[in-house]
Amino acid sequence: MNATVQPSGRRPARLTTGRIGLYAFLPISALFFLTPLYVMMVTSLKTMPEIRSGSILSWPSAHNLDAWVRASSQACTGLSCNGIQTGFWNSVRILVPSVAASIAVGAVTGYTLSFWRARGAKTLFAALMIVAFMPYQVFIYPLVRLFAMAGVGNSLLGIVLVHTIFGLPTMTLLFRNHFAALPMELFKAARVDGAGFWRIFLQIMLPMAVPIAVVAMILQVTGIWNDFLLGLVFTGCRNLPMTVQLNNIVASSQGERLYNVDMAATMLTALVPLCIYFISGRWFVRGIAAGAVKG
Amino acid sequence: MSLTASRMLPNNNFVGLRQYATLIDNGRWQVSVVNLALFGVLFLAASLVLGFILAALIDQRVRAESLLRSVFLYPFSMSFIVIGLAWRWLLDPTLGIEKLLHDIGLTGAHFDWLIRPDRVIFTLVLTAVWHASGLVMAIMLAGLRGIDREIWNAARVDGISTWRTLVFIVAPMLRGSFATAFVLLATSVVRLYDLSVATTNGGPGIASELPAKFVMDYLFDRGNIGLAAAAAAAATTMLATVAMVVAPWFYWQTRRSRQAGMA
Repeated sequence: MNATVQPSGRRPARLTTGRIGLYAFLPISALFFLTPLYVMMVTSLKTMPEIRSGSILSWPSAHNLDAWVRASSQACTGLSCNGIQTGFWNSVRILVPSVAASIAVGAVTGYTLSFWRARGAKTLFAALMIVAFMPYQVFIYPLVRLFAMAGVGNSLLGIVLVHTIFGLPTMTLLFRNHFAALPMELFKAARVDGAGFWRIFLQIMLPMAVPIAVVAMILQVTGIWNDFLLGLVFTGCRNLPMTVQLNNIVASSQGERLYNVDMAATMLTALVPLCIYFISGRWFVRGIAAGAVKG
Repeated sequence: MSLTASRMLPNNNFVGLRQYATLIDNGRWQVSVVNLALFGVLFLAASLVLGFILAALIDQRVRAESLLRSVFLYPFSMSFIVIGLAWRWLLDPTLGIEKLLHDIGLTGAHFDWLIRPDRVIFTLVLTAVWHASGLVMAIMLAGLRGIDREIWNAARVDGISTWRTLVFIVAPMLRGSFATAFVLLATSVVRLYDLSVATTNGGPGIASELPAKFVMDYLFDRGNIGLAAAAAAAATTMLATVAMVVAPWFYWQTRRSRQAGMA
């Protein structure tokens, strides 16, 4: 069907110097972008002597998964030597409730802001936007004190709360913009029919917000997984997320630096967001654009 | 909090602006502010330019467009810790790129920026540009796709070369995309913490300290809450500078939407 819209078949070849430059520049920059990933990958598959003697770019002589095994179950973070797998499960435990909570709260706030003219809605929205641009460092100390007083400091609940709070601006913005694009008549008709606040939200608005919820989820999963600062400060020793553990492993390896183990651990940590990115593809870009362009 | 003498524990001894005076005299803070300025300017300029070039080239109907797009954007999905470690390995003076250069015969080549106090900040710039220019590319590409093809055709009829059209006609039309990318990157600059922890941990010495890291160090490792709070407040002031740049953008956005409303 496309043939009617776009010309099919090859375009007449016009190989100008500009075109040649184009096809030279793009692969070179692609190489620049891919090299670190490639190097991480091959380094993690090499043995230590091979790393020391060979070139950083060379292909590993034998595929050696020792480093990956060590990284996941034996590498040391200071005191314990359980590898990065504890960090992985900690991250999962932080991730699931945080993502769920922040999306739920964001959806409700966005819905309230766009349909119910609550008092102070504009002020709240402006405040959220300001918070979104502030450096986290400003809030950390007051929050640590507050959490310690409330008795949720250094706990799973604490970190989930923090992620929900810091995710609120972006999530609210996403949902608000989505709901604002829906016709107001829809909302009015539902009210005339006697539906209340929650009923309109659950039965009408939520089903229409599935696409934006997917975008929000991708955004939050990557963001929370990659978080380092908040995980470092708010989780306490037992719940350290993967990124913090990774940094500890690399920073604390005593004696000989095991580069292959370091790189394997790095790859393991990068795996989750990378998978999400390559699976979600366009949605990921849409998420960034939706979060950004309308900010 | 920034007006008290708090150290390990918060107290309420009011000392006026003394913490701010201490802060300004603190050599480490001075280094970190200079670093931030240097890093911010270079990083913003480089990522915006590189992102724009990539977007412009990809927009020329190249083959394997979606493949290239994912290649350019994938670093953005990774954690700063991950990319910091990856680059630290690449830039490692004994086993990284320097060794590679030596192996191919350039024995005189030096690429030890990571351990040179006067150069280390540039390695952070390099890493951050690698991380963020894909994002700029995605935003710019969305902008470019929104521009009417007729403009290109009209310029060609008028005999204007492609790159002149791009720089003088199309780029100004992408003001909105530029502003968006700028705001996003600028806020990330002020927050930057993880990257410097993972790549250099502020070192060698204090050569790559950044304000965000300064705040965290004084808050938790060095037990000087008053000074940290002053630093946080100072960082916010810097952010206010960014906000002054943002304000015209918001103004421009609302004006545009108003115009769209009239049209």
